[in-house]
Amino acid sequence: MSRPDKFIVDGKRLDGRLPDQLRPIKIEVDVLKRADGSCYIEMGKNKVVAAVYGPREAYPRHIQDPSKLVVRYRYNMAPFSVEERKRPGPDRRSVEISKVSKEAFEAIIMKELFPRSVVDIFVEVLQADAGSRTACINAASVALVDAGIPMKGILTSVAVAKVDGVLVLDPMKEEDNYGEADMPFAFFIRGGKIESIALLQMDGRMTKAEIKDAINLAKKGAMEIYNLQREAIMKQFVEEGEENA
Amino acid sequence: MRKIVLPGDLLSTNPKLAGHGTYVEGDKVYSRIIGIYEQTDNFIRVIPLKGKYNPSVGDTIIGIVREVVSNGWNVDINSPYQAFLPVSETPEAKPGKKLNEIFDIGDAIIAKVMSIDPRMRVTITMKDKICRAIRFGRIVAINPARVPRVIGKKGSMIKLIKSELDVQIVVGQNGLIWLNGDRRKVAIAEEVVYLIEEEAHTEGLTDRVGEFIRRRKNVQTG
Repeated sequence: MSRPDKFIVDGKRLDGRLPDQLRPIKIEVDVLKRADGSCYIEMGKNKVVAAVYGPREAYPRHIQDPSKLVVRYRYNMAPFSVEERKRPGPDRRSVEISKVSKEAFEAIIMKELFPRSVVDIFVEVLQADAGSRTACINAASVALVDAGIPMKGILTSVAVAKVDGVLVLDPMKEEDNYGEADMPFAFFIRGGKIESIALLQMDGRMTKAEIKDAINLAKKGAMEIYNLQREAIMKQFVEEGEENA
Repeated sequence: MRKIVLPGDLLSTNPKLAGHGTYVEGDKVYSRIIGIYEQTDNFIRVIPLKGKYNPSVGDTIIGIVREVVSNGWNVDINSPYQAFLPVSETPEAKPGKKLNEIFDIGDAIIAKVMSIDPRMRVTITMKDKICRAIRFGRIVAINPARVPRVIGKKGSMIKLIKSELDVQIVVGQNGLIWLNGDRRKVAIAEEVVYLIEEEAHTEGLTDRVGEFIRRRKNVQTG
Protein backbone atom coordinates (compact mmCIF):
# COMPACT_ATOMS: atom_id res chain seq x y z
CA MET A 1 0.00 0.00 0.00
CA SER A 2 1.39 3.40 -0.93
CA ARG A 3 0.28 6.91 -0.22
CA PRO A 4 -2.61 7.99 -2.46
CA ASP A 5 -2.15 11.34 -4.23
CA LYS A 6 -5.54 12.65 -3.22
CA PHE A 7 -7.82 11.43 -0.46
CA ILE A 8 -10.91 13.24 -1.57
CA VAL A 9 -12.07 13.42 -5.17
CA ASP A 10 -15.30 15.24 -6.07
CA GLY A 11 -16.27 15.35 -2.38
CA LYS A 12 -16.02 11.59 -2.10
CA ARG A 13 -13.44 9.49 -0.29
CA LEU A 14 -11.28 6.69 -1.68
CA ASP A 15 -13.95 4.08 -0.92
CA GLY A 16 -16.77 6.26 -2.22
CA ARG A 17 -18.03 7.48 1.14
CA LEU A 18 -18.92 11.04 2.01
CA PRO A 19 -16.77 12.67 4.71
CA ASP A 20 -19.48 12.17 7.36
CA GLN A 21 -20.39 8.62 6.40
CA LEU A 22 -19.63 5.48 8.41
CA ARG A 23 -18.40 2.20 6.98
CA PRO A 24 -21.01 -0.57 6.85
CA ILE A 25 -21.51 -2.15 10.28
CA LYS A 26 -22.69 -5.61 11.18
CA ILE A 27 -23.25 -6.64 14.80
CA GLU A 28 -24.10 -10.10 16.11
CA VAL A 29 -24.81 -10.81 19.78
CA ASP A 30 -24.27 -13.98 21.82
CA VAL A 31 -21.95 -15.72 19.39
CA LEU A 32 -19.93 -17.66 21.99
CA LYS A 33 -21.59 -20.31 24.12
CA ARG A 34 -19.06 -20.48 26.93
CA ALA A 35 -18.84 -16.75 27.55
CA ASP A 36 -21.33 -14.93 29.80
CA GLY A 37 -21.72 -12.31 27.11
CA SER A 38 -20.28 -12.04 23.62
CA CYS A 39 -20.44 -10.03 20.43
CA TYR A 40 -19.06 -10.13 16.90
CA ILE A 41 -18.75 -6.89 15.01
CA GLU A 42 -17.70 -5.85 11.54
CA MET A 43 -16.93 -2.18 11.00
CA GLY A 44 -15.90 -1.96 7.39
CA LYS A 45 -13.02 -4.42 7.04
CA ASN A 46 -12.47 -4.66 10.81
CA LYS A 47 -13.58 -7.97 12.27
CA VAL A 48 -13.63 -8.26 16.03
CA VAL A 49 -14.93 -10.77 18.58
CA ALA A 50 -15.55 -9.71 22.18
CA ALA A 51 -16.17 -12.05 25.12
CA VAL A 52 -17.15 -11.07 28.66
CA TYR A 53 -16.76 -13.35 31.66
CA GLY A 54 -18.03 -12.54 35.12
CA PRO A 55 -18.52 -11.08 37.56
CA ARG A 56 -16.53 -13.94 39.06
CA GLU A 57 -14.22 -14.38 42.00
CA ALA A 58 -10.95 -12.54 41.39
CA TYR A 59 -7.82 -14.66 41.24
CA PRO A 60 -4.95 -14.23 41.94
CA ARG A 61 -6.14 -13.01 45.30
CA HIS A 62 -3.95 -9.89 45.37
CA ILE A 63 -5.87 -8.25 42.53
CA GLN A 64 -9.10 -8.39 44.57
CA ASP A 65 -10.52 -5.13 45.82
CA PRO A 66 -12.59 -5.57 48.99
CA SER A 67 -14.80 -2.60 48.13
CA LYS A 68 -15.42 -2.95 44.40
CA LEU A 69 -15.23 -4.94 41.21
CA VAL A 70 -12.02 -5.11 39.19
CA VAL A 71 -12.23 -4.73 35.41
CA ARG A 72 -9.74 -6.52 33.17
CA TYR A 73 -9.61 -5.68 29.48
CA ARG A 74 -7.47 -7.48 26.96
CA TYR A 75 -7.09 -6.16 23.45
CA ASN A 76 -5.29 -8.62 21.23
CA MET A 77 -4.56 -8.73 17.53
CA ALA A 78 -4.40 -12.05 15.75
CA PRO A 79 -1.12 -12.66 13.90
CA PHE A 80 -3.06 -12.79 10.64
CA SER A 81 -5.07 -9.63 11.27
CA VAL A 82 -2.71 -7.30 9.36
CA GLU A 83 -0.84 -7.34 6.06
CA GLU A 84 2.53 -8.21 7.58
CA ARG A 85 2.36 -10.98 10.21
CA LYS A 86 1.99 -9.49 13.65
CA ARG A 87 4.18 -11.09 16.28
CA PRO A 88 1.74 -12.71 18.69
CA GLY A 89 1.39 -11.54 22.26
CA PRO A 90 1.02 -8.19 23.99
CA ASP A 91 3.14 -5.31 22.74
CA ARG A 92 3.41 -1.63 23.60
CA ARG A 93 0.46 -0.69 21.43
CA SER A 94 -1.99 -3.35 22.61
CA VAL A 95 -1.11 -2.81 26.28
CA GLU A 96 -1.86 0.89 25.84
CA ILE A 97 -5.17 0.26 24.07
CA SER A 98 -6.16 -2.22 26.75
CA LYS A 99 -5.43 0.32 29.45
CA VAL A 100 -7.35 3.25 27.97
CA SER A 101 -10.30 1.04 27.01
CA LYS A 102 -10.42 -0.48 30.47
CA GLU A 103 -10.52 2.97 32.02
CA ALA A 104 -13.37 3.96 29.71
CA PHE A 105 -15.41 0.96 30.83
CA GLU A 106 -14.57 1.46 34.50
CA ALA A 107 -16.45 4.75 34.27
CA ILE A 108 -19.75 3.10 33.36
CA ILE A 109 -19.70 -0.31 35.08
CA MET A 110 -21.30 -0.22 38.55
CA LYS A 111 -18.26 -1.58 40.30
CA GLU A 112 -19.45 -1.17 43.89
CA LEU A 113 -22.12 -3.87 43.44
CA PHE A 114 -19.63 -6.72 43.20
CA PRO A 115 -16.82 -6.34 45.74
CA ARG A 116 -13.93 -8.83 45.56
CA SER A 117 -14.84 -9.96 42.05
CA VAL A 118 -13.59 -9.37 38.54
CA VAL A 119 -15.06 -8.87 35.08
CA ASP A 120 -12.90 -10.07 32.22
CA ILE A 121 -13.34 -8.48 28.82
CA PHE A 122 -11.45 -10.10 25.96
CA VAL A 123 -11.42 -8.60 22.51
CA GLU A 124 -9.71 -10.34 19.62
CA VAL A 125 -9.03 -8.51 16.38
CA LEU A 126 -9.36 -11.01 13.56
CA GLN A 127 -8.90 -8.47 10.79
CA ALA A 128 -7.73 -4.91 11.23
CA ASP A 129 -8.37 -1.94 8.98
CA ALA A 130 -7.92 1.24 11.03
CA GLY A 131 -10.05 2.08 14.02
CA SER A 132 -9.87 -1.42 15.47
CA ARG A 133 -9.91 -0.04 18.99
CA THR A 134 -13.22 1.69 18.31
CA ALA A 135 -14.67 -1.54 16.90
CA CYS A 136 -13.40 -3.36 20.00
CA ILE A 137 -15.05 -0.91 22.38
CA ASN A 138 -18.34 -1.13 20.50
CA ALA A 139 -18.20 -4.94 20.61
CA ALA A 140 -17.17 -5.07 24.27
CA SER A 141 -19.97 -2.70 25.17
CA VAL A 142 -22.59 -4.94 23.55
CA ALA A 143 -21.03 -8.04 25.12
CA LEU A 144 -21.21 -6.41 28.58
CA VAL A 145 -24.92 -5.71 28.12
CA ASP A 146 -25.37 -9.29 26.92
CA ALA A 147 -23.64 -10.56 30.08
CA GLY A 148 -26.20 -8.68 32.18
CA ILE A 149 -23.62 -6.55 33.94
CA PRO A 150 -25.06 -3.48 35.70
CA MET A 151 -23.93 -0.32 33.92
CA LYS A 152 -24.84 3.34 33.92
CA GLY A 153 -25.19 3.33 30.16
CA ILE A 154 -23.56 2.14 26.98
CA LEU A 155 -20.24 3.07 25.38
CA THR A 156 -20.09 3.81 21.69
CA SER A 157 -16.87 4.54 19.94
CA VAL A 158 -15.87 6.10 16.63
CA ALA A 159 -12.82 7.86 15.19
CA VAL A 160 -12.39 11.04 13.20
CA ALA A 161 -9.40 11.69 10.95
CA LYS A 162 -8.12 14.63 8.99
CA VAL A 163 -7.05 14.09 5.37
CA ASP A 164 -6.31 16.76 2.78
CA GLY A 165 -7.40 19.28 5.43
CA VAL A 166 -10.89 17.76 5.64
CA LEU A 167 -12.35 15.99 8.67
CA VAL A 168 -13.59 12.50 7.86
CA LEU A 169 -15.61 10.14 10.01
CA ASP A 170 -14.53 6.55 10.71
CA PRO A 171 -11.27 6.51 8.67
CA MET A 172 -10.18 3.41 6.78
CA LYS A 173 -6.62 2.22 6.49
CA GLU A 174 -5.26 4.67 3.90
CA GLU A 175 -6.72 7.68 5.68
CA ASP A 176 -5.40 6.46 9.03
CA ASN A 177 -1.88 5.68 7.84
CA TYR A 178 -1.26 8.73 5.65
CA GLY A 179 -3.70 11.25 7.11
CA GLU A 180 -2.74 14.38 9.00
CA ALA A 181 -4.50 13.47 12.25
CA ASP A 182 -6.50 10.68 13.86
CA MET A 183 -8.75 11.01 16.87
CA PRO A 184 -10.64 8.07 18.39
CA PHE A 185 -13.53 8.80 20.75
CA ALA A 186 -15.69 6.74 23.07
CA PHE A 187 -18.94 8.29 24.27
CA PHE A 188 -21.00 7.38 27.30
CA ILE A 189 -24.60 7.24 26.06
CA ARG A 190 -27.51 7.35 28.45
CA GLY A 191 -31.19 7.95 27.87
CA GLY A 192 -30.57 8.14 24.12
CA LYS A 193 -28.21 11.10 24.57
CA ILE A 194 -24.45 11.50 24.70
CA GLU A 195 -23.60 12.26 28.31
CA SER A 196 -19.82 12.46 28.30
CA ILE A 197 -16.60 11.44 26.60
CA ALA A 198 -15.09 8.28 28.12
CA LEU A 199 -12.08 7.97 25.86
CA LEU A 200 -10.21 10.42 23.69
CA GLN A 201 -6.87 9.91 22.02
CA MET A 202 -5.14 11.73 19.22
CA ASP A 203 -2.14 11.67 17.00
CA GLY A 204 -1.23 14.30 14.43
CA ARG A 205 -2.24 17.95 14.42
CA MET A 206 -5.55 19.74 14.51
CA THR A 207 -6.56 23.31 15.26
CA LYS A 208 -8.87 24.17 18.12
CA ALA A 209 -11.75 24.79 15.73
CA GLU A 210 -11.12 21.49 13.97
CA ILE A 211 -11.26 19.60 17.26
CA LYS A 212 -14.65 21.12 18.00
CA ASP A 213 -15.89 20.09 14.58
CA ALA A 214 -14.37 16.64 15.05
CA ILE A 215 -16.29 16.15 18.29
CA ASN A 216 -19.56 17.07 16.62
CA LEU A 217 -18.84 14.80 13.69
CA ALA A 218 -17.95 11.92 16.03
CA LYS A 219 -21.11 12.47 18.07
CA LYS A 220 -23.23 12.17 14.98
CA GLY A 221 -21.48 8.95 13.96
CA ALA A 222 -21.68 7.56 17.49
CA MET A 223 -25.46 7.98 17.61
CA GLU A 224 -25.77 5.97 14.39
CA ILE A 225 -23.61 3.19 15.85
CA TYR A 226 -25.54 3.33 19.12
CA ASN A 227 -28.78 2.64 17.28
CA LEU A 228 -27.18 -0.34 15.55
CA GLN A 229 -25.90 -1.66 18.89
CA ARG A 230 -29.39 -1.37 20.37
CA GLU A 231 -30.96 -3.03 17.38
CA ALA A 232 -28.51 -5.96 17.58
CA ILE A 233 -29.21 -6.54 21.27
CA MET A 234 -32.97 -6.31 20.85
CA LYS A 235 -32.97 -8.58 17.82
CA GLN A 236 -32.32 -11.77 19.78
CA PHE A 237 -35.52 -11.27 21.75
CA VAL A 238 -37.75 -10.27 18.87
CA GLU A 239 -36.71 -13.26 16.77
CA GLU A 240 -37.38 -15.76 19.52
CA GLY A 241 -40.72 -14.16 20.24
CA GLU A 242 -41.85 -14.34 16.62
CA GLU A 243 -41.07 -18.03 16.36
CA ASN A 244 -43.64 -18.74 19.05
CA ALA A 245 -46.30 -16.36 17.84
CA MET B 1 -45.25 -7.14 23.80
CA ARG B 2 -43.46 -6.23 26.96
CA LYS B 3 -40.83 -3.55 26.77
CA ILE B 4 -37.18 -4.55 26.94
CA VAL B 5 -34.80 -1.88 28.25
CA LEU B 6 -31.02 -1.56 28.13
CA PRO B 7 -28.59 -0.02 30.62
CA GLY B 8 -28.90 3.75 30.66
CA ASP B 9 -32.46 3.90 29.32
CA LEU B 10 -34.47 6.67 30.92
CA LEU B 11 -37.41 5.17 32.82
CA SER B 12 -38.89 8.00 34.84
CA THR B 13 -38.29 11.45 36.25
CA ASN B 14 -39.70 10.55 39.66
CA PRO B 15 -36.89 9.17 41.87
CA LYS B 16 -39.39 7.86 44.44
CA LEU B 17 -40.44 5.10 42.03
CA ALA B 18 -36.98 3.56 41.59
CA GLY B 19 -36.99 -0.17 42.25
CA HIS B 20 -34.80 -3.17 41.45
CA GLY B 21 -32.59 -2.95 38.38
CA THR B 22 -32.66 0.83 38.31
CA TYR B 23 -30.51 3.67 39.56
CA VAL B 24 -31.12 7.32 40.27
CA GLU B 25 -28.95 10.21 39.18
CA GLY B 26 -30.02 13.82 39.24
CA ASP B 27 -33.75 13.16 39.83
CA LYS B 28 -33.89 10.74 36.92
CA VAL B 29 -34.41 6.99 37.05
CA TYR B 30 -32.35 4.92 34.61
CA SER B 31 -32.14 1.19 33.96
CA ARG B 32 -28.89 -0.40 35.06
CA ILE B 33 -29.29 -3.75 33.30
CA ILE B 34 -30.85 -5.40 30.29
CA GLY B 35 -34.31 -6.57 31.30
CA ILE B 36 -38.05 -6.30 31.10
CA TYR B 37 -39.57 -3.01 32.18
CA GLU B 38 -42.30 -3.32 34.77
CA GLN B 39 -44.35 -0.51 36.26
CA THR B 40 -46.84 -0.50 39.11
CA ASP B 41 -48.35 2.43 41.01
CA ASN B 42 -45.59 2.53 43.62
CA PHE B 43 -42.46 1.55 41.80
CA ILE B 44 -40.65 0.86 38.56
CA ARG B 45 -38.36 -2.09 38.23
CA VAL B 46 -36.39 -3.94 35.60
CA ILE B 47 -36.56 -7.73 35.70
CA PRO B 48 -33.15 -8.97 34.54
CA LEU B 49 -32.93 -11.08 31.39
CA LYS B 50 -29.27 -11.97 31.81
CA GLY B 51 -26.63 -12.04 34.49
CA LYS B 52 -25.18 -14.00 37.35
CA TYR B 53 -26.89 -14.93 40.58
CA ASN B 54 -26.39 -12.32 43.27
CA PRO B 55 -27.17 -13.89 46.66
CA SER B 56 -29.69 -12.32 49.00
CA VAL B 57 -30.74 -13.40 52.49
CA GLY B 58 -33.48 -16.03 52.64
CA ASP B 59 -32.93 -17.45 49.15
CA THR B 60 -33.18 -21.20 48.71
CA ILE B 61 -30.14 -22.32 46.76
CA ILE B 62 -28.55 -25.51 45.50
CA GLY B 63 -24.80 -25.68 46.04
CA ILE B 64 -21.91 -28.03 45.43
CA VAL B 65 -19.38 -28.63 48.22
CA ARG B 66 -15.95 -27.51 47.00
CA GLU B 67 -13.82 -27.74 50.13
CA VAL B 68 -14.03 -29.25 53.62
CA VAL B 69 -12.41 -27.06 56.25
CA SER B 70 -12.05 -27.41 60.02
CA ASN B 71 -15.28 -25.65 60.96
CA GLY B 72 -17.49 -26.19 57.94
CA TRP B 73 -17.66 -26.36 54.16
CA ASN B 74 -17.01 -24.00 51.28
CA VAL B 75 -19.86 -24.33 48.84
CA ASP B 76 -20.04 -23.24 45.20
CA ILE B 77 -23.39 -21.52 44.75
CA ASN B 78 -23.07 -20.60 41.07
CA SER B 79 -22.44 -16.93 41.88
CA PRO B 80 -19.35 -14.71 41.92
CA TYR B 81 -18.90 -15.64 45.57
CA GLN B 82 -18.38 -18.94 47.36
CA ALA B 83 -20.63 -19.57 50.35
CA PHE B 84 -19.64 -20.92 53.72
CA LEU B 85 -21.69 -23.53 55.58
CA PRO B 86 -20.62 -23.68 59.25
CA VAL B 87 -20.91 -26.95 61.24
CA SER B 88 -23.18 -25.18 63.71
CA GLU B 89 -25.76 -24.68 60.95
CA THR B 90 -25.85 -28.37 60.02
CA PRO B 91 -28.35 -30.49 61.98
CA GLU B 92 -26.65 -33.71 60.83
CA ALA B 93 -23.41 -32.80 62.60
CA LYS B 94 -22.78 -34.74 65.81
CA PRO B 95 -19.76 -34.81 68.10
CA GLY B 96 -17.28 -37.41 66.93
CA LYS B 97 -18.57 -37.43 63.37
CA LYS B 98 -16.02 -36.26 60.85
CA LEU B 99 -17.02 -33.38 58.60
CA ASN B 100 -16.22 -35.23 55.38
CA GLU B 101 -18.52 -38.03 56.49
CA ILE B 102 -21.41 -35.58 56.49
CA PHE B 103 -20.67 -33.76 53.23
CA ASP B 104 -17.67 -34.45 51.04
CA ILE B 105 -16.27 -32.58 48.07
CA GLY B 106 -18.68 -32.78 45.15
CA ASP B 107 -21.81 -33.37 47.22
CA ALA B 108 -24.83 -31.30 46.28
CA ILE B 109 -26.96 -29.66 48.97
CA ILE B 110 -30.12 -27.63 49.20
CA ALA B 111 -29.52 -24.76 51.63
CA LYS B 112 -30.73 -21.28 52.52
CA VAL B 113 -28.77 -18.05 52.55
CA MET B 114 -28.44 -17.00 56.19
CA SER B 115 -26.36 -13.84 56.06
CA ILE B 116 -24.23 -11.73 53.77
CA ASP B 117 -21.71 -9.26 55.13
CA PRO B 118 -20.79 -6.01 53.35
CA ARG B 119 -17.75 -7.68 51.84
CA MET B 120 -20.07 -10.26 50.26
CA ARG B 121 -19.04 -13.15 52.43
CA VAL B 122 -22.04 -15.44 52.21
CA THR B 123 -23.05 -17.79 55.02
CA ILE B 124 -25.64 -20.48 54.37
CA THR B 125 -27.67 -22.71 56.69
CA MET B 126 -29.22 -26.17 56.56
CA LYS B 127 -31.63 -25.47 59.43
CA ASP B 128 -34.83 -25.44 57.42
CA LYS B 129 -37.20 -28.21 56.49
CA ILE B 130 -36.52 -27.80 52.76
CA CYS B 131 -32.76 -28.14 53.26
CA ARG B 132 -31.12 -31.50 52.67
CA ALA B 133 -28.27 -33.28 50.97
CA ILE B 134 -29.02 -34.37 47.40
CA ARG B 135 -28.09 -38.01 46.89
CA PHE B 136 -30.41 -38.92 44.00
CA GLY B 137 -32.43 -37.26 41.26
CA ARG B 138 -31.17 -34.82 38.68
CA ILE B 139 -29.82 -31.26 38.81
CA VAL B 140 -30.51 -28.95 35.89
CA ALA B 141 -28.65 -25.68 35.47
CA ILE B 142 -30.28 -22.64 33.86
CA ASN B 143 -29.59 -18.93 33.61
CA PRO B 144 -30.32 -17.55 37.13
CA ALA B 145 -32.14 -14.55 35.65
CA ARG B 146 -34.82 -16.91 34.31
CA VAL B 147 -35.58 -18.53 37.68
CA PRO B 148 -38.62 -16.35 38.45
CA ARG B 149 -40.31 -17.65 35.28
CA VAL B 150 -39.66 -21.28 36.28
CA ILE B 151 -41.36 -20.56 39.60
CA GLY B 152 -44.15 -18.56 37.98
CA LYS B 153 -46.52 -16.10 39.62
CA LYS B 154 -46.94 -17.33 43.20
CA GLY B 155 -45.46 -20.69 42.22
CA SER B 156 -47.98 -21.33 39.44
CA MET B 157 -45.45 -22.81 37.03
CA ILE B 158 -43.99 -25.20 39.64
CA LYS B 159 -47.48 -26.27 40.65
CA LEU B 160 -48.28 -27.00 37.02
CA ILE B 161 -45.17 -29.15 36.55
CA LYS B 162 -45.74 -30.96 39.84
CA SER B 163 -49.38 -31.73 39.16
CA GLU B 164 -48.92 -32.71 35.51
CA LEU B 165 -45.82 -34.83 35.98
CA ASP B 166 -45.87 -35.89 39.63
CA VAL B 167 -42.17 -35.14 40.16
CA GLN B 168 -40.39 -33.55 43.11
CA ILE B 169 -38.88 -30.20 42.13
CA VAL B 170 -36.83 -27.71 44.13
CA VAL B 171 -35.82 -24.51 42.35
CA GLY B 172 -32.68 -22.86 43.67
CA GLN B 173 -32.61 -19.08 43.23
CA ASN B 174 -29.08 -19.54 41.87
CA GLY B 175 -30.30 -21.29 38.72
CA LEU B 176 -29.81 -24.90 39.80
CA ILE B 177 -32.97 -26.99 39.85
CA TRP B 178 -33.34 -30.39 41.49
CA LEU B 179 -35.76 -32.88 39.93
CA ASN B 180 -36.66 -36.27 41.37
CA GLY B 181 -39.20 -38.96 40.53
CA ASP B 182 -39.97 -41.36 37.72
CA ARG B 183 -37.08 -41.28 35.23
CA ARG B 184 -39.17 -40.62 32.15
CA LYS B 185 -41.17 -37.90 33.85
CA VAL B 186 -38.01 -36.26 35.11
CA ALA B 187 -36.76 -36.25 31.51
CA ILE B 188 -39.89 -34.37 30.45
CA ALA B 189 -39.55 -31.99 33.38
CA GLU B 190 -35.98 -31.24 32.31
CA GLU B 191 -37.13 -30.41 28.80
CA VAL B 192 -39.83 -28.18 30.28
CA VAL B 193 -37.29 -26.29 32.36
CA TYR B 194 -35.12 -25.67 29.31
CA LEU B 195 -38.19 -24.55 27.37
CA ILE B 196 -39.04 -22.02 30.05
CA GLU B 197 -35.45 -20.77 30.11
CA GLU B 198 -35.45 -20.34 26.34
CA GLU B 199 -38.75 -18.45 26.22
CA ALA B 200 -38.64 -16.67 29.57
CA HIS B 201 -39.34 -13.23 28.11
CA THR B 202 -42.47 -14.22 26.19
CA GLU B 203 -46.06 -13.99 27.34
CA GLY B 204 -48.61 -16.76 27.84
CA LEU B 205 -45.84 -19.14 28.82
CA THR B 206 -47.79 -21.14 31.42
CA ASP B 207 -50.41 -22.20 28.86
CA ARG B 208 -47.78 -23.23 26.34
CA VAL B 209 -45.88 -25.21 28.96
CA GLY B 210 -49.06 -27.05 29.97
CA GLU B 211 -49.71 -27.97 26.36
CA PHE B 212 -46.08 -29.03 25.87
CA ILE B 213 -46.20 -31.38 28.87
CA ARG B 214 -49.43 -33.03 27.70
CA ARG B 215 -48.02 -33.50 24.21
CA ARG B 216 -44.80 -35.07 25.53
CA LYS B 217 -46.74 -37.37 27.84
CA ASN B 218 -48.86 -38.61 24.96
CA VAL B 219 -45.76 -39.37 22.91
CA GLN B 220 -44.37 -41.51 25.71
CA THR B 221 -47.56 -43.41 26.53
CA GLY B 222 -48.99 -43.68 23.03
